[in-house]
Amino acid sequence: MSEVFTKTMARNIFYGGSAFFFLLLLALTFDTQGVLPERDHRENITPEVVLGKKVWEDNDCIGCHTLLGEGAYFAPELGNVYKRFGNSKDAIIGFIKSRPKNGIPGRRSMPQFNLSDEELNAMAEFLKWTSEVNTANWPPNIQG
Amino acid sequence: MQYQSQSVAKLYFIAAIGLFLGQILFGTVLGAQYIWGDFLFPAIPFNVARMVHTNLLIVWLLFGFMGAAYYLIPEESETELFSPVLAILMFWVFLAAGAATILAYLLVPYATLAELTMNDLLPTMGREFLEQPTITKIGIVVVALSFLFNIGMTMLKGRKTVISMIMFIGLTGLAVFFLFSFVNPSNLIEDKFWWWWVVHLWVEGVWELIMGAILAFVLIKTTGVDREIIEKWLYIIIAMSLITGLIGTGHHYYWIGTPEYWQWWGSIFSAMEPIPFFMMVLYAFNMVNQRKREHPNKVAVLWAQGCAVMAFLGAGVWGFIHTLAPVNYYTHGTQVTAAHGHMAFYGAYVMIVLAIISYAMPLLRGRAAANSNKAQVVEMWAFWLMTVSMVFITLFLTAAGVLQVWLQRYTETPMGFMEVQDKLQIFYMMREIAGIVFLIGLGVYIYSFFVDSDGEEATA
Repeated sequence: MSEVFTKTMARNIFYGGSAFFFLLLLALTFDTQGVLPERDHRENITPEVVLGKKVWEDNDCIGCHTLLGEGAYFAPELGNVYKRFGNSKDAIIGFIKSRPKNGIPGRRSMPQFNLSDEELNAMAEFLKWTSEVNTANWPPNIQG
Repeated sequence: MQYQSQSVAKLYFIAAIGLFLGQILFGTVLGAQYIWGDFLFPAIPFNVARMVHTNLLIVWLLFGFMGAAYYLIPEESETELFSPVLAILMFWVFLAAGAATILAYLLVPYATLAELTMNDLLPTMGREFLEQPTITKIGIVVVALSFLFNIGMTMLKGRKTVISMIMFIGLTGLAVFFLFSFVNPSNLIEDKFWWWWVVHLWVEGVWELIMGAILAFVLIKTTGVDREIIEKWLYIIIAMSLITGLIGTGHHYYWIGTPEYWQWWGSIFSAMEPIPFFMMVLYAFNMVNQRKREHPNKVAVLWAQGCAVMAFLGAGVWGFIHTLAPVNYYTHGTQVTAAHGHMAFYGAYVMIVLAIISYAMPLLRGRAAANSNKAQVVEMWAFWLMTVSMVFITLFLTAAGVLQVWLQRYTETPMGFMEVQDKLQIFYMMREIAGIVFLIGLGVYIYSFFVDSDGEEATA
């Protein structure tokens, strides 16, 4: 780089630019926090949905699945699984309950987590709630 | 090595390499599970192996960054480390906490681990990359604060350079943004929003400062180019990293319930994220071309230049191919993401740590400047084996991802996830072969430390 462009100028661009864009990020974050309630229908977060999220976390479901496209890519997307399973909580509960303890020979299989009925219902409620978040029409189709 | 206390870095580097080996072993397990779905099931389910793979990566890179800081801060500051004892103590605390956490993942069902560690008191577990029990996270904070105190005090009593300052800002940012791992609202959408303040602001933000500082240090030492020139480049590169990367956070906010304006902010700013990585390539090659001396440690220069190139390809190019919102609509959460993740982490962060280890380790082991020619040639073999196999891992995953997008998303008659996975088998097979070559490359790398260690030093 030429001598016209000095180290001091480079330093000022670093400190000034970083500070400016961090403030911009904060401003956009602040705005997002204001808009989110209209999109995440938080009024429907019942104690069951809260418990469902806890069950989701306690069993590290994100270690195989994606949820709204984030997570691991080993097992199907679950953000819209409620809709894919025909808007049926029972189908979700039935699937989780019926996983064989020792897996399926030669195939990927979800572990048997031995969840209680309360936990199963909460998980289904959590996935139902998630499927109703406004995600800008993602995923592109029902297959996730 | 100019200061006795720099020797604490050696412990950190050895631990980093050991954990790196563990990470890659579990990587090959995961690759096998993609091919044979029941491999090691139910003893080690995929999610457990994946936690081990990703958490080991994070922990060993942190060991690498801390080792780098303990090596370069005293040298830049021209003084002994404030407290070598504290550095050694924290090493053992971090290693014990890290090892205990990894073993717990493998030995105890995750839900039991959450219960044993009283996750309900302050629930932070079960989120991607932040799976560590809350108590481990608190331990990480304690280690990070002691570490920052130690290098901060060292800098205060010595010479202040741009490199040490940028390193310190990067490491402080690392510690500060990690605090967001304790934010876990019961609203999934808010949880996801703040989760990125750890993950994105680490890898596409402050970690780039750490990378830039280490690269600058290695280039100054190996090329002898005037510090003023190197530092000017460093400033402008990291300025571009943060100017593009901070608002670039938006590329994670397209489809997770966040407002749609992020599609514009995220696309525009993250499309510019390759710029600082491209500048790093120009910088690394220019500095080597303008070198004022012939440094006998050729392989350290190879790692430094390789790091710049691979970071540009992995983080820059492979990030760009799926960062624009209309493209990401189809690629979000597919093997395309996995392809990018692998090459970006390897190019930017694995290689920068291996570059500083390559530069510093001979000195820490009592050499005047470099290993013997023979040892360097073996290490160069490791460089090429690992780097080329990572290129192939990325290409195979990209091919798998494109096919996945086509069959599952970009078609009138989309197929189901598992059905599509069966069609990707050939790419998963080839990826696993490339992964095993990577493991062999890592074996060669480790072997290089034991080759001809009494041999005559290479000369320029």
